[in-house]
Amino acid sequence: MARLTPHNEQRARDLIALYPHPRSALIPILHLLQEQDGYLTDDGMQHAGELVGLEAAEVQGTASFYDMFHTEPVGKYLIAVCTNIACLLQGAYELLEHAEERLGIAPGGTTPDGLFTLEDAECLALCGNAPCVTVNWRYFGDVDREGFDDLVARLAAGDLDGEVPPHGTLCRVRRSVGLAAAGASVHGYGGPVPAPAESSRPGAIADEPTDGVDLETFATTPAVLALDGPASPDDGAAPFDDRTEP
Amino acid sequence: MTVTGVPRIVTRRLGRLAPWTLASYLEDGGYDGLRKALSMTPEEVHEAANVANILGRGGAGFEAGRKWGMLAKSEPVYLTINGDESEPATFKDHMLIEADPHMVVEGALICAYAVRADQIFLYVRGEFALGLERLQAAVNEAYAYGAAGGDILGSGWSVDIVIHPGAGAYICGEETALLESLEGKRGYPRIKPPFFPAAVGLYGAPTIVNNVETVSNLPWVMRNGADAFAALGEGRSKGTKVMALSGHVKRPGNYELEFAKVTFRDLMFDARLGGGIREDRQLKAFIPGGVSSPWLGPQHLDVLLANDKIAEVGTMAGSGAVTAMDETTCIVRAAWRIVRFFHRESCGQCTPCREGSGWVEKILQRIENGQGREADLDLLMDVCDNISPGVRWPPAQTTICVLGPSIPPAPASGIRMFRDEFLTHIREGRCPFPPDRLPGRVAHV
Repeated sequence: MARLTPHNEQRARDLIALYPHPRSALIPILHLLQEQDGYLTDDGMQHAGELVGLEAAEVQGTASFYDMFHTEPVGKYLIAVCTNIACLLQGAYELLEHAEERLGIAPGGTTPDGLFTLEDAECLALCGNAPCVTVNWRYFGDVDREGFDDLVARLAAGDLDGEVPPHGTLCRVRRSVGLAAAGASVHGYGGPVPAPAESSRPGAIADEPTDGVDLETFATTPAVLALDGPASPDDGAAPFDDRTEP
Repeated sequence: MTVTGVPRIVTRRLGRLAPWTLASYLEDGGYDGLRKALSMTPEEVHEAANVANILGRGGAGFEAGRKWGMLAKSEPVYLTINGDESEPATFKDHMLIEADPHMVVEGALICAYAVRADQIFLYVRGEFALGLERLQAAVNEAYAYGAAGGDILGSGWSVDIVIHPGAGAYICGEETALLESLEGKRGYPRIKPPFFPAAVGLYGAPTIVNNVETVSNLPWVMRNGADAFAALGEGRSKGTKVMALSGHVKRPGNYELEFAKVTFRDLMFDARLGGGIREDRQLKAFIPGGVSSPWLGPQHLDVLLANDKIAEVGTMAGSGAVTAMDETTCIVRAAWRIVRFFHRESCGQCTPCREGSGWVEKILQRIENGQGREADLDLLMDVCDNISPGVRWPPAQTTICVLGPSIPPAPASGIRMFRDEFLTHIREGRCPFPPDRLPGRVAHV
């Protein structure tokens, strides 16, 4: 699969409709491509360019600037070990060395089974829980050797499938409304009027249900909340259960 | 001890059960600030922000109200909230976005009303996956509640909010790079004077770019009054500031403190805050305002946490990120890692930054590896001088944006404060410090 599926193409058109100029939707659409394929393919970028009115080279020009976009296949799980100053002071390079040994790959490499890619990352903004690691940008703080081994084992066993979606999936909560207020003064300024989209009707529900998205799961920034102690565990209420209902 | 007992403003709802939900937010008077704002004229809301004198919390510390006043008089007007928090050791916006997204949304709405924005873009760092999900859920709820979209809370005023994910580039926290990125381009900063975003911003239209923490103050200011906000703090530094404390302290974390009333010593050593240095070791040096700021030493512990007070000792409050380094820290290694960051994140437009950062990184690397020469110290300062002439503070710059002048502070501070340590590396042909160890395995010098 390389070009966007018809379903994802509609999602891309919904994204374009949110912006005054189609080109602004490029980065969100590239995230969508990466969600679909796990990385950015040439055909996919070509398709993105067709949707927003850019040449493939312009799309690649943008994509190649950003660290989160991969133009080569990566593992199902992209493990990023932060080694910047706050984590360095807490032994992040020791953790990275351990990760290299555990996975048998250097930063930038992917395990032969295609499961893990390792990255030596810049500050991930969880400095109160240094050293920290993200897996597909889901955060794990205060990681030591044992914690890392445990994390890898649980990922490999599929125990964290609910919390850590495959690489590329960023935001699992879909926008539930189109632009309800934007007037002519916004749309149509500075570029062609974007393609009409289903979700541009006020109140329209844009997309498929997003069952299984547990916004509770990674309330794991406990030490970030140091002033009040760890956040209380959830009481079982699931306030977002009905959020995708019309 | 001067840790004041003032109310917390932006972190007051942390610790609540699921504070990111609309139900929880409404229990705490959620969207009342917006209601109050909508009962006033945009000019009155702007005036309230001027009275509160909210300094920009993103790093530059420019008054939010003044920034709004610089808007060019043309349509449309865009509001962009900068949630691309990437300055190393800064993690306050990450926390605010995840823990209290409705507060960010309400603050953005109040700001949009004051500047009569036609559309709001919340630019959120791409790595904040959970933050993006919580924020999108909050925006969905806000629309359903009637606080966003058309005819907001029955006022007849309308505005739309779009959440825009970044994709991993530190430079996109710079406001003009952020706008380029929001236009779907590479995050190349624009040459600013004379075209600040308030005059020529997104798609060439007047645009306000405010930090997440900055606008998060607005709901409280609306509900409690600008005077109540201005009564906190001292001088130009009003209200509270979230200090992101990291490094070798016992209790790293985000602490919201009254502006200009608390010292670095309180922040790092008070039992209610940092709790002191790990294993009761000695503090060697600390970074006062993110890795772009010149470092301070133990002799500066009694400096107040206020933008002007910190500026007086030759550095900056920046993003409010304080990183403590104890006596086991290798200064060369710390400086190297910071410069390596800037080298990786330089957008590449300007030669002094693109090339200089790499050279400084390589020279620091060879000193750390024991292959340095004594002339390297002068060489380092010479390269730094070419990036930021004079290597002084506030810095001069030879580059389009301030990423360039952010490169010299770490190595220059290291050489100025710990020259002997650099020389020891060079003379002994090795690093005299043990490797940094994971917690619980702290190495002894």
